[in-house]
Amino acid sequence: MTEPKKDLVESPEQAASTGTLAARLSLSQRAGGVAVPVATVLLAFIIGGLVVLATGHNPLLAYHDIFNGAGLNWIFHPSTSTQTIAGYNLSQTLLQSATLILTGLAVAFAFRCGMFNIGGQGQYFVGLIVANWLGVSFAGMSPLPHILIAIIGATLAGAAWAGIAGVLKATTGAHEVISTIMLNYIALYMATWLFGDSGPLQNSTQPTVPVSNPIAGSAQLPVIWGTIGFQGLDIGFLIAIAALIVFWALINRTTLGYEVRAVGFNPDAAAYGGINVKKNLIRAMAISGAFAGLAGAVDMLGYLYQYGSLDVAVSQVGFIGIAVALLGRNTALGVLLGSLIFGGLIYGTTQGLSSNVIEPELATNLTYIIQGLVVLFIGADILILYVWNSRKRLRRKSPPQAPAKAAVY
Amino acid sequence: LSTWSQRLDNPVSDRLRDPASTGYVAILLGAFAAVLAIPPIEARSPTWPIAVGIVAIALGIWTATRGRRRLGWGAVAAGLVGIGLGILATKSGTGNLDTVFNTTLIAQTFGFATPLVFGAIAGMFSERSGVVNIGLEGMMLMGAFWGVYGADKGGSWVVGLLVGMAAGGLLALVYAYFAIHLRADQIVGGTAVNFLAYGITGYFFQQFFSGQVTGQVSTVPNLHIAGLGKFLEGSIGDLSWLTWASFALVIVSYIVLFKTPIGLRIRACGEHPRAADTVGINVYAIRYGCVVLSGLLVAIGGVYLSLGPQGNGTFINNMTNGRGFIALAAMIFGNWRPGGAFAAAILFGFSSALALKLQVYSNQASTLFAILPYVLTLVAVAGVIGRTVAPAADGKPYAKQ
Repeated sequence: MTEPKKDLVESPEQAASTGTLAARLSLSQRAGGVAVPVATVLLAFIIGGLVVLATGHNPLLAYHDIFNGAGLNWIFHPSTSTQTIAGYNLSQTLLQSATLILTGLAVAFAFRCGMFNIGGQGQYFVGLIVANWLGVSFAGMSPLPHILIAIIGATLAGAAWAGIAGVLKATTGAHEVISTIMLNYIALYMATWLFGDSGPLQNSTQPTVPVSNPIAGSAQLPVIWGTIGFQGLDIGFLIAIAALIVFWALINRTTLGYEVRAVGFNPDAAAYGGINVKKNLIRAMAISGAFAGLAGAVDMLGYLYQYGSLDVAVSQVGFIGIAVALLGRNTALGVLLGSLIFGGLIYGTTQGLSSNVIEPELATNLTYIIQGLVVLFIGADILILYVWNSRKRLRRKSPPQAPAKAAVY
Repeated sequence: LSTWSQRLDNPVSDRLRDPASTGYVAILLGAFAAVLAIPPIEARSPTWPIAVGIVAIALGIWTATRGRRRLGWGAVAAGLVGIGLGILATKSGTGNLDTVFNTTLIAQTFGFATPLVFGAIAGMFSERSGVVNIGLEGMMLMGAFWGVYGADKGGSWVVGLLVGMAAGGLLALVYAYFAIHLRADQIVGGTAVNFLAYGITGYFFQQFFSGQVTGQVSTVPNLHIAGLGKFLEGSIGDLSWLTWASFALVIVSYIVLFKTPIGLRIRACGEHPRAADTVGINVYAIRYGCVVLSGLLVAIGGVYLSLGPQGNGTFINNMTNGRGFIALAAMIFGNWRPGGAFAAAILFGFSSALALKLQVYSNQASTLFAILPYVLTLVAVAGVIGRTVAPAADGKPYAKQ
């Protein structure tokens, strides 16, 4: 998959020794640098802006309103109160970011083991379902054990759901992309049925409304910024930050992380080095699912409290996690930054948006266009590197035409 | 974990993976479906006999497309007979089965299968040439929306069909450029295509229609055939033109892929691009052609969704709702062959038609049949019950030397 790219970019060692900007770029690109993600985001926003422009809206004003909708204008007049619009919007952006950090980590961890977990959405649903079930049950328990039971249950459920794909991959070689896509839809229909008409988790008071029961007060996460009745920022955000640190430590500071990365770099070499590849595939997939399941728990216990069949149909956070992870180069810090961008986009284009340039129904889809473009360009970082390389070649007097051509074709 | 996984690599598991044993299992399941309805088990609703029968048919298709034809089709027959007997046995108890099992069920099966057939054949062309196409879902969505747009602005469903196909083809061209030229990861690229289509169709649906199609746009007409007798007329007498086109497409694509020089070239690019290049085949041209063709074809499936009898000239956000992925599954299930993909698409269509019909009686049964295609595919790709043989170079970018 990555093999042929070597013809284009010189080897990192070679590149670093030449010391040009492009060479450093190619090295930092392999090491998880920032140039490609930044260029990607800019390009995606520019193309998204062109779409806005082509449909007769002013893109600069639209982005300005989305920026304010995300509450990012808070930095110009900071205040700890969520009574101000900017403060409230920012708290909502962080609320979205918390989910995206976790769904992003779910994709990133599998990537580090050389697998593409498209199933974050399904694992998130499984987490939501279990968190709702456990949160509704055991009403009257004291808060701490109740919250812990619900969170651990949802996390394990997400791990088990993703683990199916991991086991299938390890034992039968089934491609994790196909199996996680299928598991997504199975989870989606399961959630639709469970919360739907006469489903087992449907609310007990209104039999015609396909919505679950609200979780018990004892299972609700405490709010750290804002008011609990108004979707204040809950400790789920801190849990997500903690998950980032756990991710970083797991990947970089433990034997498990070393094995996972080794399998991701080269399974054959890892196996030769005595690492059990199959075990690591299953383990990496399960840990991935645990992050997504935790995302479901944090959302359910943090601010959703109940969930309906109609919410299931429109939820996209698991998929946006793919863009977050790819943009963040599958590192902890990158995922954090990526989740802030997309968290801002999600809230800034929906409830937060108050604009006479672009209406929320339109702007929401702008988020998805930008998301698609980001994934498209990140997948083809070779494009950005190529542009960079050809610029370098133009500056030289004798451009090495032949290898350049071979590189493109 | 390790010992457990190693245990799967022994002769017993090899025998389990042999298509023949799958066939026998399928025949047993078919018999089991019939037994379910009679004492001692005596299932009250026909749901379970049908579910087991569908699994039997699926395994039969699986076996048939993997070398054991007679056994496989025998298993399909066993599954059908099992469903039939199961229904007959429960019929006395239920009574209102006639409202579920009638000729409209057959017509709806073909109706639901149509977009899947287009999608599966589209995916087959792309993958046979060596490019994995996860983006079928997005390209289908493009066809669905731009089909409505074209039919609305152009005043005719023919314009809608052409605009929809062009939109699907254009997105496929973008994907082809990234997958073939830039050698981007094809799975990531395909995922991006799906996100993009979701955003683009949602954006322009809001921009042009404010989120709702008002007024009747021109729809694809049905082909009325009279004088076939009650049963045939009810089941195939009033199908959409596009449904008939999908049947024709299966035959044409079989001939093109397996009986013509161009088909040989396509398959060569998918199996061994270097060898194909050596004998003078333009690998890039073939792959570009196949990916764009797959975008055009799957977009017809999308146009069917919005302008066909089910959509009837409307569009809603995310209208495809996973059908592109089911089409992908049908292609995998049919072992990258037109006949197999068609059989799988019909089976999945049947499952969807049942889901719709049973909604009236039981939410539970309806969900069961909606999930079935995904579960079957999961079992299929797991390969525990047989081998899935993708084209050798499927998903591998090709770099000319």
